[in-house]
Amino acid sequence: MKRLSVLFTALLAATGLHAAEVQVAVAANFTEPAKQIAAEFARDTGHLAKLSFGSTGKFYTQVTNGAPFEMLLAADDSTPARLEREGHAVAGSRFTYAVGTLVLWSSKANFVDAGGEVLKSGRFNKLSIANPKTAPYGAAAVETLKKLNLLEAVQAKFVQGENISQTLQFVSTGNADLGFVALSQVFQDGRITGGSAWIVPAEMHDPILQDAVILKRGENNPAAGALQAYLKGDKARAIIRRFGYAIR
Amino acid sequence: MLTDTDLQAIWLTVRLAGITTLILFIIGTPIAWWLARTRSWWKGPCGAVVALPLVLPPSVLGFYLLLAMGPNGPVGQLTQSLGLGTLPFTFWGLVVASVFYSLPFMVQPLQNAFEAIGERPLEVAATLRASPLDTFFSVVLPLARPGFVTAGILSFAHTVGEFGVVLMIGGNIPGVTRVASVQIYDHVEAMEYADAHRLSAVMLAFSFAVLLAMYLRRDKPRREA
Repeated sequence: MKRLSVLFTALLAATGLHAAEVQVAVAANFTEPAKQIAAEFARDTGHLAKLSFGSTGKFYTQVTNGAPFEMLLAADDSTPARLEREGHAVAGSRFTYAVGTLVLWSSKANFVDAGGEVLKSGRFNKLSIANPKTAPYGAAAVETLKKLNLLEAVQAKFVQGENISQTLQFVSTGNADLGFVALSQVFQDGRITGGSAWIVPAEMHDPILQDAVILKRGENNPAAGALQAYLKGDKARAIIRRFGYAIR
Repeated sequence: MLTDTDLQAIWLTVRLAGITTLILFIIGTPIAWWLARTRSWWKGPCGAVVALPLVLPPSVLGFYLLLAMGPNGPVGQLTQSLGLGTLPFTFWGLVVASVFYSLPFMVQPLQNAFEAIGERPLEVAATLRASPLDTFFSVVLPLARPGFVTAGILSFAHTVGEFGVVLMIGGNIPGVTRVASVQIYDHVEAMEYADAHRLSAVMLAFSFAVLLAMYLRRDKPRREA
């Protein structure tokens, strides 16, 4: 019995030496892949990634006002760059961890066709988009509609989600027939998980580059560096791809 | 100073709070009267239901309202069968949500005012052969006037301060559901801090003025007495 407890103590001490915690702010569209990556990360390295989900704009405000985040997985590339420029992030730690894919989605089967023609038909009650002023997926949606010459026609049917999760929620609860969301939200293992969708071709809008950056608070945290490396590794990249993101 | 969209948001907020308060006067008065007079066992449960929005997180209320008023929810089915469409993302959807959200701020001050009147004036009115309706309008209403003023001010102010519920069922549509509190949130999200400051200052000044007016009023009768 005594020997056993000694063994346990030794084991605890051994893992305790290397295991650290890292507080990560994660863009809402990356919620599911981040959870899976964090689980694998814990298994492979012993480090614990504690995840908070929200909009990138809100995280910016929180970080610049002393929020205890040590790493940011943003929904865009401009916010991490700005944080670095303003001295809130570790210089040179920025990298693109995923390239987002926009999708027009409905919770109803056969509602959205493979070419997005439903937008032209006008036969839908509301079109849910993320706030284009703050959310990259919202901006990409507006850009796409502009390219289709449909912006003015459908603008009156816009409802705006505060972030991409709420944008999806408006559609999944059936309150809006259609919504422009992140493919990662409705996609798993190479397939749309339900409803109907048009995967918006990449040339319809500027690429949605999602950058990660280590924040000043995480500068000396070994778990932050480890997570950064892990995100660039094959295992994480495979998970990221599985949710419909591209990798650079 | 304030942009056009800010002014639009303020006007929308005032309209929402005004209509909500008016509706609350109409449905809150009988509820408060019943709660003040009844000896029924139901007084406890009903009082608790009225007070729920005081303690419920707005996210809970917003979540239930979004589901209930959506196309598959019971309220949504009803409004659709009446040819009204669904309520989320509409001004009237916000009104319905605000009526729930601000209900205790109307009912509780009124209930207190009614209870403070007591039995005596009503009995006197009855001996003078006043009908119950006559009694209510010529005896109860004048006596409970301070309660009505407090209830109106609190309901209006509380609706102006609403945020979570509106965010969850509003869809942030300019001129329809983008009220001042959501507009401020938008400014902050977009890192437009100067705009956020201006509108926040207006809200702060308004809220302080309302509360100040109420506390000054409340002190007055004591000085007279």
